[in-house]
Amino acid sequence: MIAAAIPTPSVDWAALAPIIVLLAASAVCLLAAVLLRPAWGRAVSAGATAAAFVGAAVAAALLFDSSETPSSVTEGALARDRLGLFATFIICLIGLLAVGVSWMHTARRHVPEYYGLLAATAAGMIFLTQSTNLMTLFLGLEWFSIGLYILCAYDVGVVGSLEAGLKYLIVGGFGSAVLLFGSALVYGATGQIEFSAIAEATAKQDLSGDLYLVAGLAMILAGLGFKVSAAPFHMWTPDVYEGAPTPVTAFMSAATKAAALVLTLRLLVTAFPDEAELWTIALAVIAVVSLAVGNLAALTQTSLKRLLAYSSVAQAGFMLTAIAAGNEIGGQALLYYLIPYGAASLGAFAVVAARERELGRAVTLETIGGMGWERPLLGGAMWVFMLSFAGMPLTGGFVGKFYAFAAAYQRGWTWLVVIGVIATAVSIYYYLAVIRAMYMRSAPAAGVVAVGGQPPRDSALSAVAATCVVVVIGSFVAVEPIIDLAQKAVASLAFPY
Amino acid sequence: MGSWVTSALILVPAGAALALWLLPWPRELVAPLALGVSLVEVALWIGALADFDFSAGAFDLQYAEQATWFGDLGVTYHVGFVGIGLWLAGLTVVGQTAAIVYAMRAGRDRPRAYYGLMLLLTAAAVGVFAAQDLLLFYVFWEAMLIPLYLLVGVWGGAGRQRATLLFVVYTMAGSLLMLASIIVLGISEGTFDLRALQTNPNSSTWIFLGLAAAFAVKAPLFPFHGWLPSAYREAPAEVAGVLSGVVSKAAAYGFLYIAILLLPGPAADLRTPVLVLAAVGLVYGSLLAFRARDVRGVIAYSSLAQLGLIMLGVFATNLAGWNGAVLQMVNHGLISVTMFMLAGLVESRTGTGRLDRLGGMAKGRPMLATVLMVTGIIALAVPGSTAFAGEFLILTGVFVTGWGWAVVGAIAIVLAAMYMLRLISAVLHRQEGSAVSDESRDLRPIELVTLVPLVACLLFLSAWPAAITSHTFTGTSNDPALSDLLPELQK
Repeated sequence: MIAAAIPTPSVDWAALAPIIVLLAASAVCLLAAVLLRPAWGRAVSAGATAAAFVGAAVAAALLFDSSETPSSVTEGALARDRLGLFATFIICLIGLLAVGVSWMHTARRHVPEYYGLLAATAAGMIFLTQSTNLMTLFLGLEWFSIGLYILCAYDVGVVGSLEAGLKYLIVGGFGSAVLLFGSALVYGATGQIEFSAIAEATAKQDLSGDLYLVAGLAMILAGLGFKVSAAPFHMWTPDVYEGAPTPVTAFMSAATKAAALVLTLRLLVTAFPDEAELWTIALAVIAVVSLAVGNLAALTQTSLKRLLAYSSVAQAGFMLTAIAAGNEIGGQALLYYLIPYGAASLGAFAVVAARERELGRAVTLETIGGMGWERPLLGGAMWVFMLSFAGMPLTGGFVGKFYAFAAAYQRGWTWLVVIGVIATAVSIYYYLAVIRAMYMRSAPAAGVVAVGGQPPRDSALSAVAATCVVVVIGSFVAVEPIIDLAQKAVASLAFPY
Repeated sequence: MGSWVTSALILVPAGAALALWLLPWPRELVAPLALGVSLVEVALWIGALADFDFSAGAFDLQYAEQATWFGDLGVTYHVGFVGIGLWLAGLTVVGQTAAIVYAMRAGRDRPRAYYGLMLLLTAAAVGVFAAQDLLLFYVFWEAMLIPLYLLVGVWGGAGRQRATLLFVVYTMAGSLLMLASIIVLGISEGTFDLRALQTNPNSSTWIFLGLAAAFAVKAPLFPFHGWLPSAYREAPAEVAGVLSGVVSKAAAYGFLYIAILLLPGPAADLRTPVLVLAAVGLVYGSLLAFRARDVRGVIAYSSLAQLGLIMLGVFATNLAGWNGAVLQMVNHGLISVTMFMLAGLVESRTGTGRLDRLGGMAKGRPMLATVLMVTGIIALAVPGSTAFAGEFLILTGVFVTGWGWAVVGAIAIVLAAMYMLRLISAVLHRQEGSAVSDESRDLRPIELVTLVPLVACLLFLSAWPAAITSHTFTGTSNDPALSDLLPELQK
């Protein structure tokens, strides 16, 4: 009787398949942690997580095909559209590769819980990219953030891991609070929480330029800025990236950016088309600041993880450039950029993880000396990743930057192109510093001897590095198919410019 | 030859490089394999040359292949050859083959990495001369830098790290300005195809300057040569040869085929400033070469001077100047590769390149003396040599533009004779230098195999410079593209 009194919304369960599969894997991991012996638990949980990522990716691909016209999963809370599914696919692949990086991670305790968290966190990211109202947005954001807080602090034995988790928790919590406050202001101004309804209300009630709405938008942008680690909201990034277990860093550097940036694109384009003048310029400014801060700070780093952290700030600047352009090319540029960026970022941290395991201590530009010759595969892979970050041809990073610049130019912002080009020129210095350290310095000169003789062969990690190389170079060759998909993914968005 | 030959010239060495890196070749097989691939390249190029229709217009594309790359922005994989590109691609494959033979003699360690990078460099350089899409051109242009960076940085001399840093910082600064120009030009015109862009020339001075920045650094044109001395000194001898002989030609080619053809208006407007820089570089480089204290210094600065001379020809913007410039590009390429290798051979025999410690090497070393004398004499443009033909044409061309330029050019030719003769006499004649001993042997057969073909090419061109000059820019009568373009450039 009571059930009949409460109208239940219809739910498109098929569209939730990726999230459900990942959550199921997470549950399997937690059961394995309790029921199985550690060795079995490790194998079962890693296998289940990897299988879930594959399954979710396949589901996303199938859904992509059948979701030409966007629809709502449930009452305007989540969208079943190609934008979300494109991001889902990328996040799942990143997750799968992250499992490979984690497989030989040195921590021995609570391994199944680790994989469970990984799967659940990825599910949260997918939820975020598909969210279409401010409530689900916040829910998704917190969901994956809490997972990441724990993952960062997972290596309690390692100095800095707990600190990283706590730091991320505090700063991330602050960012979430700002975003929530902003959401409240937007709701207060428009009376709506659904993205498209906010846009309608803004247009109908002529709220464009309304103080509460603008303040809310600004606070939402700041909150998202924390998540994508764009300057000036990036202060946590180097510390957390350095302190967190390297496989976690690899995962979060690639996947968090993908989820948060896609959400940013969706939110701004669907909810705030009337404020486009405002947010495009605001994002352009944030992009420029990120490029400046990230690149300049990276120049002086010696710790490789910190260097890559600052580089990720700068990379966020390039991707925000694409969103800031506010046109269709910009949307395509963002989605394209995420692929080589994700692969290069995850791969680079994977190489760092491999070196860490070899040496048993932090990886710096000194301790990586000679690695290119000792480990030809990992060295060559790192070479490719650095070139991709630097936007050199023969890697997808080049095409991504080219598209981002093209979008900015089409918007009429030649100045942004010029700044991006200058930032690229600066970045070459430190990306090449990594190559220089790996190939032009020998290991004995750096005074490094691997602990415990020959390190165990880590074929999972090598396979991940090789896959990332294939993705980075493959995305350079196969631009047309990827851009076609990206074009389909952003086709449902009405870009303001 | 079908039109596949262009792609084959690019993809064969690139594929071979990948195969070298990925497959576990036995150590002793690596160098012969790389040499084999290089010889295949030479054979492919000769095949392409034999079937090339030189009676067609100077900018009529042959062996063209086109495939979409990313269609929404109008970027395509479009390759093919015009006359000038074909000659420079030939210079590339010949120079790279010689460099690989030289490296086999020198026995570079980590051979798989080394020869793979050399083959990648071949692919990229040929690609630069074959690309008919602006973005593709940029891709190959930057792709040249990747192997060069490592070749100098890993196998170079003691100061290699600083040399590579300078080289990369200078080059990238220029290249990225070019990228910005390319984006602005391509997106605003809606296509990146060189053919389409050439028929619809743009008139933005900024775009021209952006392109020119990249070419001026790579050439290098005075005053953008800050990277040159250290890079040419620290690089392995054969890499220095390729860098100055082949890679610098990509810049001169870029000025002619990209900057001037796409933007004839700004090129005409900015002709005088460029000519001034070229002339200053020519005289300044010659004087520095005369004052240089080591063998490589002489060759390095003479390279700066020669590029200045070539730029005089390019910006003479008439047929004589262009024909001379193309001939001189090939001449200087062959001379530079030979001279740097000779420098490397002398260094490996005496342990030094310093002129005050060399001398008297002609005695008892007839082969070394002969090769150095012949190359040096051709380099100083003795009448009858191919360099004389090239320089004469350049001076003729630039005389039409303004007789003052020809005077500067003529002075520089005198200076060239001075520094070249000084180099020859400092190495070969005078008293035996302190670094020279009986251990310093004459050239061995494998070294002759490296050098003699290059010298033979020079002698062949000396006998018949028209092989190039009559087969590049034939004339305006039957070439509408050229006859439209040249008057516009003379404005």
